[in-house]
Amino acid sequence: MTAARAAGSVGSAGSAGSAETAGAAGGGARAPRRRPDLGKWFTWAALAWLFAPIAGMVVFSFNDIQGRQNVTWQGFTLKWYGQAFAYADLNQALLNTLALGVLTMLIAGTIGSLLGLALGRHRFRGRGTTNLVMFAAIAAPEVVLGAALLSLFLTVNVTTGFTTTLIAHVMFTLSFVAITVRARVLTLDPALEEAARDLGAGPWETFRLVTFPLLLPAIMAGGLLALALSVDDFIITTFVSGDTTTFPLWIWGATRVGIPPQVNVMGALIFGLGVLLAACNVLLARRRR
Amino acid sequence: MPGPSGTSRAPYLLVLPGWIWLAIFFVLPICGMLSVSLMTGNVIDGFGFTGAVGNYAEALGGYWEQILRSLLYGLCATVLCIAVGYPMAYWIAFRGGAHKATYLLLLLLPFFVAQVLRAISWKFILADNGVVLGPLKALGILGPDAHVLSTATAVVCGLAYNFLPFMVLPIYAVLERVDHSVVEAARDLFASRTQAFLRVVLPLSLPGVFAGVLMVFVPTSSDYVNAAVLGGTHNTMIGNVIRTQYLVNNAYPTAAAITFVLMAALLLGIFGYARALGTEQVMEVQAR
Amino acid sequence: MPPTPPTGAPLRRGLTRARPARRDVLRLAGAAAGLALAAGCGIRGQKRPEVSAAEFWDGRRRTGRLRFANWPLYMDEDRTQLAQFTDATGVRVAYDEAIQDNPSWFGRIQPILANGGDIGCDLMVVTNGLELGKLLALNYLAPLDHARLPNFAEHGADLYKDTAYDPGNTYCVPYTSGLTGIAYNPEYVDREITSLDDLWDPAFKGRVGMMRDPQEIANFGLLRTGAEPEKSGEREWQAAARALRGQREAGIVRAYYEQDYIQPLTNGDVWLTMAWSGDIFQQNATEGTDLRFVVPEEGATIWTDNMIIPFTSRSPVDAVMLMDFLYDPEVAAGLTEYINYVTPVPEAKDRILAHAEDAEGDDRAFLTELAESPLVFPTEDEYARLHGYVPLEPGEDEGFTSLFLGITQA
Repeated sequence: MTAARAAGSVGSAGSAGSAETAGAAGGGARAPRRRPDLGKWFTWAALAWLFAPIAGMVVFSFNDIQGRQNVTWQGFTLKWYGQAFAYADLNQALLNTLALGVLTMLIAGTIGSLLGLALGRHRFRGRGTTNLVMFAAIAAPEVVLGAALLSLFLTVNVTTGFTTTLIAHVMFTLSFVAITVRARVLTLDPALEEAARDLGAGPWETFRLVTFPLLLPAIMAGGLLALALSVDDFIITTFVSGDTTTFPLWIWGATRVGIPPQVNVMGALIFGLGVLLAACNVLLARRRR
Repeated sequence: MPGPSGTSRAPYLLVLPGWIWLAIFFVLPICGMLSVSLMTGNVIDGFGFTGAVGNYAEALGGYWEQILRSLLYGLCATVLCIAVGYPMAYWIAFRGGAHKATYLLLLLLPFFVAQVLRAISWKFILADNGVVLGPLKALGILGPDAHVLSTATAVVCGLAYNFLPFMVLPIYAVLERVDHSVVEAARDLFASRTQAFLRVVLPLSLPGVFAGVLMVFVPTSSDYVNAAVLGGTHNTMIGNVIRTQYLVNNAYPTAAAITFVLMAALLLGIFGYARALGTEQVMEVQAR
Repeated sequence: MPPTPPTGAPLRRGLTRARPARRDVLRLAGAAAGLALAAGCGIRGQKRPEVSAAEFWDGRRRTGRLRFANWPLYMDEDRTQLAQFTDATGVRVAYDEAIQDNPSWFGRIQPILANGGDIGCDLMVVTNGLELGKLLALNYLAPLDHARLPNFAEHGADLYKDTAYDPGNTYCVPYTSGLTGIAYNPEYVDREITSLDDLWDPAFKGRVGMMRDPQEIANFGLLRTGAEPEKSGEREWQAAARALRGQREAGIVRAYYEQDYIQPLTNGDVWLTMAWSGDIFQQNATEGTDLRFVVPEEGATIWTDNMIIPFTSRSPVDAVMLMDFLYDPEVAAGLTEYINYVTPVPEAKDRILAHAEDAEGDDRAFLTELAESPLVFPTEDEYARLHGYVPLEPGEDEGFTSLFLGITQA
């Protein structure tokens, strides 16, 4: 069992990593399997589905095109990697997106986790209302959120830009984090916390040593979700971004004229970074075992 | 589980930042929208509050088809996500072993490539004479006129594709902490893997499924990027209509009314669903 | 937190749970209604007060900096014309390809302009469609001081002066014009396309692309039903809508495109489509494709992208200087050689021919073809076959757009 625990507590690697807790008992326990692992094949097939368009994107980052349309294969080249940062405004857009994503992850991750914890654990006045508002925040089409927020900012004479985009991103990712954390809190075994208290731990210690580690996977998942949603968001951002351009906005704008290979290159580089993180994770896991 | 702490100030301190944020940046603007939905006027002379309920009649009368279609597409995409995502989450949680974190990372990696870019990439891959359909046509498996793009299938698959990780993550987060000894005990009791799954694992994972459905169904039914990029002539979703009414027509009241109709439909669906098989039943399983 | 009695919890929850939830809903609804009423005084008119040219230009000075928002592909990568402008005047230009389509651009700047805010550019380019009409009606544009536009007066073609949408060029100076016609890919279409009938031909079932823009698609519907767009009214619009609906219901239309029809046309997803002339020209020139562009015999649409100055512009003097600079025939020729649309400066033709003389090989052939092309320099007969968008009176536009959006957004 100890091996399984150690395996289960793979640390996070970098910002995009995810952590498991030692408390998750036996998640990695493996019974000797006799038949082919269908689940594995299924999972990999689904992952292949997820990565198919990215593979296409990466392949075409090597396309030796002459004109603007990166549509048909015209030969292999590395030149776009040499000119990856040829478009200053594209670089800026990418930086904006990354900064927004990380800040959203931190802010929405914190506020949302607290909210999720309270909703899952406590009964308090306004709990039902809070649930309702969160559902509504998720149920509201992005177009509406964007338009409604924009009119708010304008009424109070706030110039739209990076800050307003950040506010909007935190607003719409908040509920997603809260729901993820709440789902975990609901399935938490209260006996563990009681045991800690019986052993003399104060409320803060109980939280720090027992509750928080148990919730960590959900908090990480929620934070990552916020990051992913923020980096990916297009619709709300169009309304509140003002003169701040993000990566998705830039790409959408470029569709008319053909997306330059630099976009593929950047996509491929970010993706490569992710693969690197994943590889580190695997190596770390091996070593710990 | 209300206890002594239930009466303390702790929960209020926990929810306060969230409340403030949601109140100022969500509730307030939405209430503003609600009043807009009852206005009449035009963008040049301004809009006045006239309690124009007719906007709602217009929204329902003019766009019921797109609303129903959006809900249907959202539902199909959600079901597809569960069908693909649940086994994935299950396998990663129970058989992922040392690589769980890696799988989760893999699941989130596609998001770092913008959705817009991935949708465009699909458009390229699934082109009528592209890398997938081209060879199939050459081999005579498909007729020369077969196409995937500009169809409902393309839109639904695109939606499911975009939101699959939102289904896997919450299910995983719950499954991952299911005590394996409980499952083994159940297997000893019921002797069948299927029964052990149905009676123990599935109920325990329902909060995750619930969260997943919420995270997939709602955004898929109000999305417009997939319909715009992958859809054809009869695949317009309500998100496209709302966007157009806002940006092209500046018909803010109509757009707001359509929005509230859509929100109402989604909320009704969600609450009905929550009541039918949602969190409460699961809490009772816990209480036992 | 002591453990609650296992049997008690579900029971108590069953008894108490439904009510607080309902009460919460009611309370929320009440609060919402209150707020709605508070906010219910309405959205004020978005209109700005009208300003005369004399008032606007009084005391304005050049700042030496200009922010220019334009469409992608409307100037070459090196921004040659802007470099020339800076050399000639010393004004530095920040160029931003910020405008991808009129509606979203309008949606982005309208609320800011309503509040009198800075939209991040001093000069922008907008098509003579619904959005330009709204910008004009809302008084969001700076009236021009024609004393500062000598080149425009001297070299601009009469056709682009005193237009129906902006009599006397009070606010607009054309940047470029273009045609909306039919483009087809001869790899898939084995006959010559000459008429709008081809867009309705069942032989091309599922292979026809149409535009999503209400004014663009309306014009083709009107021309197809034999109506003249500029003189059409409600009755003609209904007939056009019927024709377009029939085309859709027969399964002939593959999709309604915003601006992304080039790729499907190139790879064969659509075989023929409504298209903008310059796009096809540029695609052929840069990709070596063999796409064809035709003006159908029933007629086609001509539109104009106009340079306009938002009233909140920080450098209107510099903006109007650039406007005028682009009407220098030599500059206009250089611009046309890149963007391949219809230039409002007829003298550019001779300059392009002169450049062709100096060039060699492919470049020479390309420039000659460009100068001779009726799509870049239409003759008078050809202009006669070209129609503007349907002019819409204030109040008409909502019904008009709804009618045609009902077709493209079914």
